Amino acid sequence: MALDEELARDDKVFIMGEEVAQYDGAYKVTRGLWKKYGDKRVIDTPITEMGFTGMAVGAAFNNLRPILEFMTFNFSMQAIDQVINSAAKTFYMSGGTVNVPIVFRGPNGCAKGVAAQHSQCFAAWYAHCPGLKVISPYDSEDCKGLLKAAVRDPDPVVFLENELLYGVAFDVDDKVMEPDFLLPIGKAKIQRAGTDVTLVAHSIGVQFALDAAIELAKEGISCEVINLRSIRPLDMDTVNESIKKTNHCITVEGGWPQHGVGAEVSACVAEGPAFHYLDAPVIRICGVDAPMPYAQAAEAAATPQPHNISTAVKRMLGKQ
Amino acid sequence: IATEATFDYHPYKLHHLDEGPATSTTLTRDEGLRLYHQMVTVRRMETAAANLYKEKAIRGFCHLCSGQEAIYSGLVAGMRSQDSVITSYRAHGFTYVMGIPVLGVLSELTGKKSGVVRGKGGSMHMYAKNFYGGNGIVGAQVPLGAGIAFAHKYKGDGGVNFSLYGDGAASQGQIAEAFNMARLWNLPAVFICENNHYGMGTSEDRHSASTEFYKRGDYIPGIHVDGMDILAVREAARFAIDYCSVQEKGPLVFEISTYRYHGHSMSDPGTSYRTRDEVQEVRQTRDPITGFRDRLVGAELAEVSELKAIEIEVKKAVDADVKKAKADGQIGEEELFYDIYENNLGGKIRGIAPWDKHEHKKTQTAINL
Repeated sequence: MALDEELARDDKVFIMGEEVAQYDGAYKVTRGLWKKYGDKRVIDTPITEMGFTGMAVGAAFNNLRPILEFMTFNFSMQAIDQVINSAAKTFYMSGGTVNVPIVFRGPNGCAKGVAAQHSQCFAAWYAHCPGLKVISPYDSEDCKGLLKAAVRDPDPVVFLENELLYGVAFDVDDKVMEPDFLLPIGKAKIQRAGTDVTLVAHSIGVQFALDAAIELAKEGISCEVINLRSIRPLDMDTVNESIKKTNHCITVEGGWPQHGVGAEVSACVAEGPAFHYLDAPVIRICGVDAPMPYAQAAEAAATPQPHNISTAVKRMLGKQ
Repeated sequence: IATEATFDYHPYKLHHLDEGPATSTTLTRDEGLRLYHQMVTVRRMETAAANLYKEKAIRGFCHLCSGQEAIYSGLVAGMRSQDSVITSYRAHGFTYVMGIPVLGVLSELTGKKSGVVRGKGGSMHMYAKNFYGGNGIVGAQVPLGAGIAFAHKYKGDGGVNFSLYGDGAASQGQIAEAFNMARLWNLPAVFICENNHYGMGTSEDRHSASTEFYKRGDYIPGIHVDGMDILAVREAARFAIDYCSVQEKGPLVFEISTYRYHGHSMSDPGTSYRTRDEVQEVRQTRDPITGFRDRLVGAELAEVSELKAIEIEVKKAVDADVKKAKADGQIGEEELFYDIYENNLGGKIRGIAPWDKHEHKKTQTAINL
């Protein structure tokens, strides 16, 4: 819906990627758009990520607004030079004279049953690089409001949709359905208010944190769940304010521990104004430090589930 | 003194084309003098850059284009205002012919405020209207160029994009990827292998299974162009514009054969993988500037004395720019934190320590919007 509205709004916007047009999108995100907007605006590419990513960035140099779909972000590694060296750095290298208004989007994160090469989170990879904006939405409201904001943004944006959440329906307010519903990039959302511990999550991690919070509420523990929404810029103000209230912080993500989003949040807390409010060290609940296995039980054990979060909260609060 | 003359030159080698660019062209005296001035300026500017490098006034990478001037001046002489260029890290010559004054280039090299991008890009990252840079990643500019061509077609502005890469880059996978999409979508894209016969220190026959780079597009028609002859290059550009834009027949691949006098970069003396005699021979028998001078004089479009006067004038002007490029100041440390985003949403930019927080500002207006 966001894509449809933005295609309708600005004829410089077009969508390019593998199977986005006639196939209706490998994950059906672009369903119906080719029929509605035709070959000029919705373009199937060959399976050549480095080439078509470079082309999309070149089109942005020359005053178009491409939305580039990676069939999954796993394949974006074939093209990471064009994302980092061509898209993220050109505005700076040109002394602010060459704008690169492009959106790189597609499914990201741990999927199910597809093993190591097709199942990992790229939030930390892209968020590492200045010049990019990196968004990791959780629910339908996030996806619509933030994707539209990303398309209208003058800078390169990496938009990391969650593969497992594509099949999940969320209730939304009426206002979300309006064609000019936008959310600000760089602002986190308090998804659930609480007083005892701050759970900082993004993407499907928000779901797990919310599930844990519901369970913990039954035991009288009140969790505040922060949905980061944006990984770069990172809204540490919201995190810090929450910690000042709860005095405890746990990060939740599907990505690996080392140099991950949780590691960054944790370091920012340590360097920031909320550190002295902490009653315990920040801890990271995250994917295990291993590639993703295929077998179901091993896979399930490789990324955080609500019970991992509940256990961590109780341990931190000394209630175990 | 004549006001106009006609020149013939060697025919082009063609791939999948029945007809190539014209093998005869007319040149006016004014245009001849302008092109001569331009090529001499690029040569002089590069010599100045070499000296500045030796004085350690230029840091890091510095890839000079002396010997290859006819490519830049010839292509731009054939281009129109809606056409665009993107090239490799060997970018000084194009930056100048695409409209940036010598001072903008030299000051960029010395990292000074008067540099074209205020000293933030250096040797490989200079930009101008319709010129999308030098790119430091070998081959990466070619898909970008195809994308610029895609946008020309999408917007219907009639523009053609010229993207240049060296013979060393020609075997990069992403170039083959760009060829495929450009042909598939019939883009107004001219892919130009600027063949100086050495990929760094590896000669073409040691790095390429096929050294007929104008045939590398396979299903894309190709033209081999003598890059030491500015008129042949200009005519090839005109042909490409007619073919890609007016006739909308899709992309072309050019191989423009040339030679670089300097090493690959300033850290390469350029003598271990080729002989000094080889370099000397090209200088003496095929130099693009000397060749053009002989033509202008031979056709009585110009007198030796006035060409000499141009050389002296250019030398003076470049020397003055060298002085300015050395004397100018660098940007202040605060600018390190500027122009990271068009629309910065993250507040202050973090410095080295967590308590270092810096204002972000946008300093210039976009040239591409």
